[in-house]
Amino acid sequence: MDERVLQILIDSFMKILMAGIRVTIPLAVLSFLFALIISILVAVIQYANIRGLKQLCRFYIWIIRGTPLLVQLYLVFYGLPSVGIVLPAFPAAVLCFAINEGAYMAESMRAALEAVPKGQLEAGYCVGMSYWQIMRRIILPQAFRTAFPSLSNSFIAMIKSTSMASTITVSEMIRQTQIINGRVYQSLALYLEVGFIYLMFCTVLTWLQSYGEKKLNAYGGAK
Amino acid sequence: MIDIRNVTKSFDDFGALKGVSLQVEKGDVVAILGPSGSGKTTLLRCINFLEIADGGTMVFDGETFDMHSISKKDISRIRRKTAFVFQNYNLFLNKTVLQNVTEGLIIARKVNKEEAEKKAVAALEKVGMADRLDSFPSQLSGGQQQRVAIARALATDPEIIYFDEPTSALDPELIGEVLSVMRDLANEGMTMLVVTHEMNFARNVSNKVIFMENGQVIETSDSKSFFENPKEERTKLFIQTIQSGRE
Repeated sequence: MDERVLQILIDSFMKILMAGIRVTIPLAVLSFLFALIISILVAVIQYANIRGLKQLCRFYIWIIRGTPLLVQLYLVFYGLPSVGIVLPAFPAAVLCFAINEGAYMAESMRAALEAVPKGQLEAGYCVGMSYWQIMRRIILPQAFRTAFPSLSNSFIAMIKSTSMASTITVSEMIRQTQIINGRVYQSLALYLEVGFIYLMFCTVLTWLQSYGEKKLNAYGGAK
Repeated sequence: MIDIRNVTKSFDDFGALKGVSLQVEKGDVVAILGPSGSGKTTLLRCINFLEIADGGTMVFDGETFDMHSISKKDISRIRRKTAFVFQNYNLFLNKTVLQNVTEGLIIARKVNKEEAEKKAVAALEKVGMADRLDSFPSQLSGGQQQRVAIARALATDPEIIYFDEPTSALDPELIGEVLSVMRDLANEGMTMLVVTHEMNFARNVSNKVIFMENGQVIETSDSKSFFENPKEERTKLFIQTIQSGRE
């Protein structure tokens, strides 16, 4: 590798990494937290079989899973202004990622809720608890533990999905890389570099996941 | 204390309960016996509204309820005076032994934490599980889990405890520890309604026996005469069968 390319990599590394720390990670964390809230609501509504709302949830999941994330981003950022709704790029991205990943996570949460033995609900009734008390204190915590690996999976996927926000002008890592590449024309080196930074982020998350799983199992495994 | 008349329940076309009546007085230990599929468990589940019966009336502490159209409010009012012990224990898997027992006190009955824990420890001492307060259910044997489940039932000071085949899921060598806890309760005057296959328990601990088959009560009598002097042909056959099985 010649020295010029090496110098470009060294100069760009901190810039891209900072875009990752300042934009990609906050974008992923915020989107994930909102997605988690959405997914719990949507999964619980279906599990509790709340009429009307349940159909609405199925409709939401159907629409979101059936259309590309890119289309959803374009609609919110480029489409909505024509009906008078103008969102800045970052909130628009959070909104799209949360709604998109929320649909997938809702299905994981629903499966995890259904995996909680029915006897847990009955035992709760028999000690005098109400449905929502049992849901909050007994069923959801157990479902959360079951769903933890697939929720971690969603978070890792979310980190990489944020790269799509580059298409709506959010200056996350890919956009930063594109800007630098526009000056120096080193696509191979620069995209290898940004790929490596994503890999670093996801490696840390994978460690966190296995740490979290151990922690949850130590807390009296649910099996 | 409890008077149940004419309970019916069908699952699709299958008539699980075809007009069952039973009475439990304060201090009674009633064993419900019968072959598998006779409706014993369904009856118990209908009595605590885990299944809603198709028909029947219940008098509980002098109040009369229609078992089909009973309101949620009345169900939870009755449940607060009763407790249920399941065949599969159904301990809360994400809670410790202590939390399993305090949950119904703190959350459902708004007892303060300190008092709830005191009561819970007392109940756990009674079943010999007070040395495992911080264990999770997955760390206990079946017999230990069932004893915790009994403590969970006891802690709420119920007027009656329903037992649904409490020893049927246990390894043979663990059955004794659970039965001896139940025997102690009976001796202390706890009112109990017990679906069981344990003939020794029915004969020696319970004072009344109800024999069911095909969703109907075949015979109700005190336990001594049930085993020594059964009235119905079907009951005689049942007792003969279990006795020859033992030999």
